[in-house]
Amino acid sequence: MTTVAVIDYGMGNLHSVAKAIEHASESLQTNTQVLVTHDHDRILAADHVVLPGVGAIRDCMGEINRLGVDKIVHQVIAAGTPFLGVCVGMQALLENSDENDGTECLGIFNGHVHSFASTFKEQSLTDLKIPHMGWNQVKQRIDHPMWHNISDCARFYFVHSYYTQPDDTQLIAATSEYGFEFCVGLARDNVFATQFHPEKSQHAGLQLYANFLSWNGKL
Amino acid sequence: MSLAKRIIPCLDVKDGRVVKGVQFVDIRDAGDPVEIARRYDLEGADEITFLDITATSDNRDTMVHVVEQVAGQVFIPLTVGGGIRTVEDIRRMLNAGADKIGINSAAVFNPKFVKEAAEKFGSQCIVVAIDAKKVSAKNEPDKWEIFTHGGRKPTGIDAIDWAIKMVDYGAGEILLTSMDRDGTKIGFDLELTSAISDAVPVPVIASGGVGKLEHLVAGIKQGKADAVLAASIFHFGEFTVGEAKQHMADAGIEVRL
Repeated sequence: MTTVAVIDYGMGNLHSVAKAIEHASESLQTNTQVLVTHDHDRILAADHVVLPGVGAIRDCMGEINRLGVDKIVHQVIAAGTPFLGVCVGMQALLENSDENDGTECLGIFNGHVHSFASTFKEQSLTDLKIPHMGWNQVKQRIDHPMWHNISDCARFYFVHSYYTQPDDTQLIAATSEYGFEFCVGLARDNVFATQFHPEKSQHAGLQLYANFLSWNGKL
Repeated sequence: MSLAKRIIPCLDVKDGRVVKGVQFVDIRDAGDPVEIARRYDLEGADEITFLDITATSDNRDTMVHVVEQVAGQVFIPLTVGGGIRTVEDIRRMLNAGADKIGINSAAVFNPKFVKEAAEKFGSQCIVVAIDAKKVSAKNEPDKWEIFTHGGRKPTGIDAIDWAIKMVDYGAGEILLTSMDRDGTKIGFDLELTSAISDAVPVPVIASGGVGKLEHLVAGIKQGKADAVLAASIFHFGEFTVGEAKQHMADAGIEVRL
């Protein structure tokens, strides 16, 4: 029995993340228990941990800190548990975000979260809608077990107005283009993170969750 | 390499069945929503929208149940609209598995509801649905007004001003339906669509009037829509979603194939 903890900090639709993981598990014919929880012990004991997230980063970080999940995230990552951050759950792994007039994040990765609005303004890009919403191509920048059976430049579903910029570009696992090229995947050791929503990305997304369940956190 | 334009089949659901009317009357039965949603997913729909047109609140539970069943099997974004009036309505639908919530009449009666909803759940999941009808005469400059109650009640509110205000209040997307075109199969109101798309910074979904695949292309190219929504051409088997996407790709539009 494999257990997957989907960290529940009261923000957004965790139902679809849990359902997609269950679906991926069925396709692998493995026995997986998905726990949607913020219980520290259950997260620490899980074989795989997912940090999802939708909504505004300040509210997300507020709840993550209030529930003490910040320390738990640091602990499970240090322990080598395969860890997946999704959307705001990816952005939360950087040091800070421009959203909500500046928000301190978890600092798992050195780097920042910027807004499309200000970058578009700097680059005089006027005709692109925000949020970046819909199916965009994901260019794989590294070989990684999480990309198993997913074709390069496969389309995934995005909805976000901010994007991550890690200091160390070696950690970029994937990029997409929306006016300019930006980071949509991060990878280091047992941590993987995506700006897109695998749980809403049909076959490619379910494959990514299946890969996550099969991944032991090593490269 | 860039963002694809989206094709969104729309299911009007009444008492748990998919129906489709012409200009909001003359309703025909088109089948089981879960079965139809699964078929559209297999055909490559980019999202699916459910509009609950159930008249009584008793049957709202039916819609929650439909969303739950679809969300357990279909892993693409799901939007649910129709009869959403309170934060609790939104929470129920999100918990059932919806990703985005369409707010229509309730926004007109109480615009602050949109603000409250966006603050609570994030703009990414708040779609404001606008039903607009042309009110200018032939020799006047174009003017559209928003209507409520399935296109029956005029409000006196200018559609472009309204779209701008709703985005200000936190709408992350606009679902724009031309009441003049809905169910007519003569194509989108392209002037209305491009006027709204130019006026707001968020994505606009064009709706109302699709009868041919060329209409979808026109909605993107002339209407400047980010997504196109259609119902009857898909329900009654005239075209598959896959055929629609192929047609758009052949016309040079970037789609997810």
